Amino acid sequence: MELRVIEKLLEKYFNATASIAEERALKEYFSSPGVAPHLEQYRPLFQYFDREAGQTFEKSIPLKRKKRPVAWLSAAAGFVLLSGLFTIYNREPEYAGDLGTYNDPDIAFQETQKALNMLSDKVNVGISGVAYLGEYENSKNKIFKDDKK
Amino acid sequence: MNQSEFIKTTNTFKDRMFRLAKRLLVSTEEAEDATQEVLVRLWNNRNKLENYSSVEALAITITKNYCLDQLKSKRATEMRIVHSNYTDGGTGLQKQAEDRDSITWVEKIMNTLPEQQKIIMQMRDVEQYEFEEIAKMMDMNETAVRVALSRARKVIREELTKKHSYGIESN
Repeated sequence: MELRVIEKLLEKYFNATASIAEERALKEYFSSPGVAPHLEQYRPLFQYFDREAGQTFEKSIPLKRKKRPVAWLSAAAGFVLLSGLFTIYNREPEYAGDLGTYNDPDIAFQETQKALNMLSDKVNVGISGVAYLGEYENSKNKIFKDDKK
Repeated sequence: MNQSEFIKTTNTFKDRMFRLAKRLLVSTEEAEDATQEVLVRLWNNRNKLENYSSVEALAITITKNYCLDQLKSKRATEMRIVHSNYTDGGTGLQKQAEDRDSITWVEKIMNTLPEQQKIIMQMRDVEQYEFEEIAKMMDMNETAVRVALSRARKVIREELTKKHSYGIESN
């Protein structure tokens, strides 16, 4: 190809206005043996592009390996969730049965009173403990009143 | 899309995905992993592929974004590996000998370019995509693509000219 044409193409190339066909022509020119001495510096550039384009991806595509664990996991998760729900719902009636009930209202009333009495006893234990604090309060009031006078 | 169709489709451009990944990630192993990862993602979304006019453009775009993400997280966690090998010119005999190989030199210059210019050069100069396609994959307009490409090519021209006139003593 004529040198002037090549120079013009190079100019277009560096301004990024060359077409694919023109760029191909340049690549062809620079891979041929008769490159003009003053254009020699551009040779490695176009050779490099050619070399790069030859690289290939040789590894396999792991389509199956990646897909299966996901399906497995969701099935397993579903099973765990369902069995969890199943046991929870099945247990509740058992507990209700254990607590028992009274058929006679009088006995039920007595039992309730017993339970409430027990509860209030426990609460009173706490209150008697706090009663001591009242003494502190009294003496504190005395001291501070004395101080002010 | 079944498995053989998928493989047939991706076979036409998986090398291009790999070369783009390698351009960005530099290491062959990382580029292979990235390519596999993107192909698996495509496969998992195979039902949606029919909605895209070009599966290849989609694949290249995903590869590009995936690699940029990889680079970002890599830079956040460790020091910069990508360029550190190439900043230092002219020290050591072995290095000088290596620099004499002018084709390797082009690669080194290209590695110093900003990512966007690297990607565009890869798409145009190696893969010979039309500007229209590049613009779509880069989500830029054609003029911006041309400007970035011209800038990148001129940087390489400048470095090559320097190299050519000073021999191995440049830098």
